[in-house]
Amino acid sequence: MVQGPALRRPLTLWRRLDTASRRAFPGFILVAGLIIIGMPFGLPNQAALRPVYAMACVYFWSLYRPASLPTPFVALCGLLLDLLGLSPLGLWAVILLLLQFTTIAARRRLAPAKFLVTWGAFTGFAVLAVALAWAGQSLLELHMLPLWPVAWQGLFAAGLYPVLARLLIRAHRGPAAVELA
Amino acid sequence: MIRLSVPFRQALSRLSFPVMLALSLGVVLIGRADTNFSDLVRAGLDDLLAPLYMAVSGPIQAAEHGTGAIGHLFSLSEENAQLREQNAELLQWQEVAMALQAQNNALKASLNYVPSPAPQFSTGEVAADLGGVYARSVLVLVPPANGDAQSLVGAVAMDGRGVAGRVVEAGGRSARVLLITDINSRIPVALGADGAPALMAGNNGPDPSLLYWSPGRPPAEGAMVLTSAQGGAFPPGLPVGVVHYDAQNNPVVLPLANLDSLRLLRLFSYPDNLPELTPIPHTKPETRPAAKAHSRKH
Repeated sequence: MVQGPALRRPLTLWRRLDTASRRAFPGFILVAGLIIIGMPFGLPNQAALRPVYAMACVYFWSLYRPASLPTPFVALCGLLLDLLGLSPLGLWAVILLLLQFTTIAARRRLAPAKFLVTWGAFTGFAVLAVALAWAGQSLLELHMLPLWPVAWQGLFAAGLYPVLARLLIRAHRGPAAVELA
Repeated sequence: MIRLSVPFRQALSRLSFPVMLALSLGVVLIGRADTNFSDLVRAGLDDLLAPLYMAVSGPIQAAEHGTGAIGHLFSLSEENAQLREQNAELLQWQEVAMALQAQNNALKASLNYVPSPAPQFSTGEVAADLGGVYARSVLVLVPPANGDAQSLVGAVAMDGRGVAGRVVEAGGRSARVLLITDINSRIPVALGADGAPALMAGNNGPDPSLLYWSPGRPPAEGAMVLTSAQGGAFPPGLPVGVVHYDAQNNPVVLPLANLDSLRLLRLFSYPDNLPELTPIPHTKPETRPAAKAHSRKH
């Protein structure tokens, strides 16, 4: 190889830009997805997809690239989710932060595990988080909300994660890989 | 870039989770204590995102000609034939309607009927489906309000066929409409020809349920559901839907409005229905001046 190790290459402007875009990639995808899910596509239960998507992104990036989604950014994404989805302000910020914390705590076990295990773990986390959101919103609005969206979102979580993970794994090795800059 | 020592950075990263969690919980408390705050932030964000949503929704709507389905492009000729037939039939009905209107006007004139004021309305395109898991709402683009954006709040949103919802938040160029299927939506309605009172309550499903109908007279299948002026929130007589009994034999309302694919909504502001909310003092009714006809905006 003609090129030396990455550390010795000079930090040109283009390389800095490359690094910055790679760093920003996971966050950008997360926010863009949240906004795109609001477009009127007319899918049934489209709104239930939004928290599931946010959870899948936070889970995946916390597992494989924890530095890419800093805690304050996750909290802001949670606030965005609350503002777009008409849930009590701050509720999803708390839940996404808890999810990120749990995922990072379980990282040593989950990251080297087989895909089926990470998938199952995500589905479990998602169902817990959605149940927490249901309980929190019922408590804050002082009436019992229907339970069936919890089941819906659990199904969405189980169905969406393999599809999303395939795309995100590709991103993890390509456009989001800071070490390749 | 500021270079921090390794232990300091570690401490910072350890602190960031509890600090952010505490901040988020603080936001939950603020949102609970002051609902106006979250409404304000939400309206601001909606205003910010509205042009973005329109940039994407616009081409989709252009492709489907406002019908909510792209598939119809493949059956244009059959559809045209069907529409021609329907148009001929409707022209016959138009004559009937004109005759009935003339008769109605004559009867009203002989009764000295005071017409209800014509509402102001503005038309807006539905830019985004911003419902949540436990909420059903859409974002409507409205022409920039002259002066007070809040004047739109409370306006009745109707599509071509019936009531779709009410405006709950309004910003400079967008308004959020809470649909009649939302779990927080409660609308007083009148059932059938005799206008039996009931309450239509959203349940986040496609068909809102009917509550509090008078026990002796269950709503009849197929009866027309109109808004009722009880409570003063809605003007009377706007079409909402049709009574239907679901599989559990509970009465529900099949909405006339096409709530799954709303494209255009008209927002009617009824300024003169507000005084009806206040309790009427028990005095001799004075002769009311004839309600001034509002010039139609837009």
